[in-house]
Amino acid sequence: MISADLNIILTEIVLALFAMGALVGVVYTGKDRLAPALTWFTAVLFVLLAVWIGVNGSGARVAFGGMFHDDGFARFAKVVILLSAAAVLVMGQDYMSRRGLLRFEYPVLVTLAVTGMMVMVSAGDLMALYMGLELQSLALYVVAAMRRDSVKSTEAGLKYFVLGALSSGLLLYGASLVYGFAGTTLFSGIIEAVGSGQISIGLLFGLAFVVAGLAFKVSAVPFHMWTPDVYEGAPTPITAFFATAPKVAAIALLARVLHDAFGGVVGDWQQILALLSVLSMFLGAIAAIGQRNIKRLMAYSSIAHMGYALMGLAAGTAFGVQAMLIYMAIYVTMNVGTFAFILSMEKDGQPVVSISALNMYSKRDPGRALAMLILLFSLAGVPPLVGFFGKFYVLRAAYDAGLIWLAVAGVIASVIGAFYYLRIVYYMYFGEEGEALDRNRSAVLWTLLMGSAAAMLVGVVNLFGIESVAQAAAATLVN
Amino acid sequence: METIILFAPLVGAIIAGFGWRVIGEVAAQWVTTGLLFLACLLSWIVFLGHDGVTEQIQILRWIESGTFQSDWAIRLDRLTAIMLIVVTTVSALVHLYSFGYMAHDENFREHESYKPRFFAYLSFFTFAMLMLVTSDNLVQMFFGWEGVGVASYLLIGFYYRKPSANAAAIKAFVVNRVGDFGFALGIAGLFFLVDSVRLDDIFAAGPMLAETQVAFLWTEWNAANLLAFLLFVGAMGKSAQLFLHTWLPDAMEGPTPVSALIHAATMVTAGVFLVCRMSPLFEYAPEALIFVTFIGATTAFFAATVGLVQNDIKRVIAYSTCSQLGYMFVAAGVGVYSVAMFHLFTHAFFKAMLFLGAGSVIHGMHHEQDMRNYGGLRKKLPYTFWAMMIGTLAITGVGIPLTQIGFAGFLSKDAVIESAWAGTAGGYAFWMLVIAALFTSFYSWRLMFLTFFGEARGNKKTHDHAHESPMVMIAPLGVLALGAVFSGMIWYGSFFGDHDQVNRFFGIPEHHAEASDDTAEAGDAAAMTAPQGAIFMAPDNHVMDDAHHAPTWVKVSPFIAMLIGLAVAYLFYIVNTSLPRRLAEAQRPLYLFLLNKWYFDEAYDVIFVRPAKSLGRLLWKRGDGSVIDGFLNGVAMGIIPFFTRLAGRAQSGYIFTYAFAMVLGIAILITWITLSGGAN
Repeated sequence: MISADLNIILTEIVLALFAMGALVGVVYTGKDRLAPALTWFTAVLFVLLAVWIGVNGSGARVAFGGMFHDDGFARFAKVVILLSAAAVLVMGQDYMSRRGLLRFEYPVLVTLAVTGMMVMVSAGDLMALYMGLELQSLALYVVAAMRRDSVKSTEAGLKYFVLGALSSGLLLYGASLVYGFAGTTLFSGIIEAVGSGQISIGLLFGLAFVVAGLAFKVSAVPFHMWTPDVYEGAPTPITAFFATAPKVAAIALLARVLHDAFGGVVGDWQQILALLSVLSMFLGAIAAIGQRNIKRLMAYSSIAHMGYALMGLAAGTAFGVQAMLIYMAIYVTMNVGTFAFILSMEKDGQPVVSISALNMYSKRDPGRALAMLILLFSLAGVPPLVGFFGKFYVLRAAYDAGLIWLAVAGVIASVIGAFYYLRIVYYMYFGEEGEALDRNRSAVLWTLLMGSAAAMLVGVVNLFGIESVAQAAAATLVN
Repeated sequence: METIILFAPLVGAIIAGFGWRVIGEVAAQWVTTGLLFLACLLSWIVFLGHDGVTEQIQILRWIESGTFQSDWAIRLDRLTAIMLIVVTTVSALVHLYSFGYMAHDENFREHESYKPRFFAYLSFFTFAMLMLVTSDNLVQMFFGWEGVGVASYLLIGFYYRKPSANAAAIKAFVVNRVGDFGFALGIAGLFFLVDSVRLDDIFAAGPMLAETQVAFLWTEWNAANLLAFLLFVGAMGKSAQLFLHTWLPDAMEGPTPVSALIHAATMVTAGVFLVCRMSPLFEYAPEALIFVTFIGATTAFFAATVGLVQNDIKRVIAYSTCSQLGYMFVAAGVGVYSVAMFHLFTHAFFKAMLFLGAGSVIHGMHHEQDMRNYGGLRKKLPYTFWAMMIGTLAITGVGIPLTQIGFAGFLSKDAVIESAWAGTAGGYAFWMLVIAALFTSFYSWRLMFLTFFGEARGNKKTHDHAHESPMVMIAPLGVLALGAVFSGMIWYGSFFGDHDQVNRFFGIPEHHAEASDDTAEAGDAAAMTAPQGAIFMAPDNHVMDDAHHAPTWVKVSPFIAMLIGLAVAYLFYIVNTSLPRRLAEAQRPLYLFLLNKWYFDEAYDVIFVRPAKSLGRLLWKRGDGSVIDGFLNGVAMGIIPFFTRLAGRAQSGYIFTYAFAMVLGIAILITWITLSGGAN
């Protein structure tokens, strides 16, 4: 029995053992000298595992008495998490080693965080949920404060830690309420206790607190306040990591809790999510306008994008989950490309994060400027780029679920949000002549930027077939 | 063969329009002209070999949506065959003529390539026109209809540096829009009632439509009358009939070959063609036909009166065209469609020739167009003079009365007038046309006398340098002269001969009347088949036979009118040249009324143009500028930045603020769901 269970969580075990083994192994050998190699090796391992999960996985299996689910939904999220984490690892490697930031703990911590995320998206029990979440969070707290000699970075790490602890408290309080009223921590048990139709007030409180705790992780308004500060303070490769994999894991976990444990009372959590969604979209769009720092801008951008993903979830239907998964996959792809560009912004060897530094960038590097233009248009959701289809799916999901006001609000917010994306384009193409940025020669960044931009263009044909995969994944979650 | 005729001009247009940089300017001109002559040759073969039986040649399926079906197909019958030769012949000759006329143009800069563009437009126009006349359904016809509209717009505005040319092009386009709106409504209405846009289905439905009532706007209408009326509104726009005629004189801003091809011989006759084509519908719409007759007669009279006093040589001919189109509509309106086509056919030759002749004069006189500055050009432009003379003899209708010998216009115009007499029992239309014939004679001879006779007036240097046009311009005149002289005599019998001859020519079955009676008696079941033949005349339509038996005074009346017009013109412009001025001063209000074209442009300016412009300005300045822009600017520059600042201030950087926000958030969330969702 136990061997069958272990077989199901094989990938997680592999990652955990790898993290521990690497830690011990590198400490006793080369330490930081081996960090670049270890980074690459970790990334390759991520990709291999992603391929293995994607190709091998089939059906829905349950381990440890329902605490761990291996189904299409979990696999979809895991593949996205692993691939984005791999991309972020390789793209930050050069940046970090040139600034002496690349310690060997970095890939190890990322691996641990990824392990936590994989547990999160597979969780079938409040315990497993919390364990995965904390494994991820603890690793991220450390990573955020990686740059110990920088006040901003340590401040960011500390803020993230304190607020993260608060959110964990909310989550735990909610979990205990749910346990108290449902009598079980298993999702399959909770859904039976909840039934359909009426929900007891205690369970409702528990639900609200759990959602609030998870909303912190997806940085949905009003639990978003940490995001801009942490994005700004952390070194850029770590910001890129924050913007991608953990977001996917958190929203996938949210989807799992809501559908697996509270699938019978969609109407009750729908309004919470709709509220979070509309607040996130508008705050993300409006607050980003005032930003001059591209990393802070991307923080608000991610808040707004999470608002759209939550809109898909708020629909409470299988199509809504499918839309959310598609949206997240597209969002992660766009962010990888955008951060590859941000990482390449430097002057005299120092990183630059001011938007105004991009003045007339198109003259110096037309290729990159064009790629960035495509990405920004896609982020803004301009047809016919892929970003538009992501928005289109979630808007349709909301519309089909009868949340027309939410869809309309989403359209308005996206119009406001287009402003700050297009302003960057304006700077790049029509701005005033300023001091030139360095030419970045990193092939990795170039490849990721161009690949991401190309995907935004080519993907409009059939979204790389992701639509049907996401549909199958959503079908395993919502039934 | 028909497919080649149809697509040769398109191929030419594409090659010349897009490929001239590769093949060169001269080659582009030769390609278009050569292809047009090929199409022309094939058209004559089709026309002469045609046996009157309707053929349908499918090219490709175009639109299929529900019950709506529209193919690209050629409908080849006598009407199409006539239009094919008219269009391709005139077009081919105009292409050739343009070699000379467009050789040097002061409207373009040195080394600027405008010739391939011109030839491409001409060929494109020809293609669209052929599309129109060969179409087998109304949607395809509408495509051609709009295609010629576009080509006309491009060619009127060909001198795009001249503001007046651009204004004229826009005017032509906008006025035609009014007509096209009617046409489009008619097509939609036919589809609504017949559930098909194919001509065969519509023709078959004629009797059914005559008995159908349809609600439109505020009242019930007879379906056939309403639809025929709507289609005729389209025809009015294209054929410049009264109220929608204002664009045609202004269209003379285009190069003269364009005026000859589009605004005299072909495009403007599309309306007449449409009415004849839809004869199976119009035959069941008596009220609409009365309207057609009335508009045609009034236009013929109105345009002729305006033509009397115009001084620009091209405007005189333009009003003449307008007037002659009125003749055609009268013939169609009284139900003698073959005569309408006959006049269309002969008119194409002599009117194209007059225009090309006028172009030759203008070319020789260095783009001087005011006839008051001509005079005595007979010696300087001998060939042009003789061509114009033949054209004038043809349009004024010179021939031997009571025989079938005469110039083309003599035969066809007399046929129209006799039909008008028979169709209206000697009423309004008949008298309008006779008076218009008098005026036609006067203004045509006035043009001749002012241009070619008398003393040279105006700029002496221009007169000294006046020269005959090159051979490429004279040769087309010669060919058209043949048509202007002989086309009437040759085909008189076919268009306006005895019943059997006409029926054979148009492929109408023998004993048509009896057959129709039988079906009528047999009941409505058999009545839903389309009548055979290119045109349809209802069994009780005996106007043509009546016209043959018109009294002698009716038959000679146009000839007498012509003689009077000639005599007066001779008196005014050869014998005593001070008479016109004295008359104009004596009758000043009348003279100004005519000179200003009955003040139509001024009236339209007050009634339509200015209100439309002020409405547009209101919507632009107030509606768009103040309301929409103001609202958006207010939101974008006032409200959103306010919230942005607010959000920025909330992001204080203090951890307790953040924690407070979270706690506040969860508190609000809990309160809200407790109150709204869970507590119930």
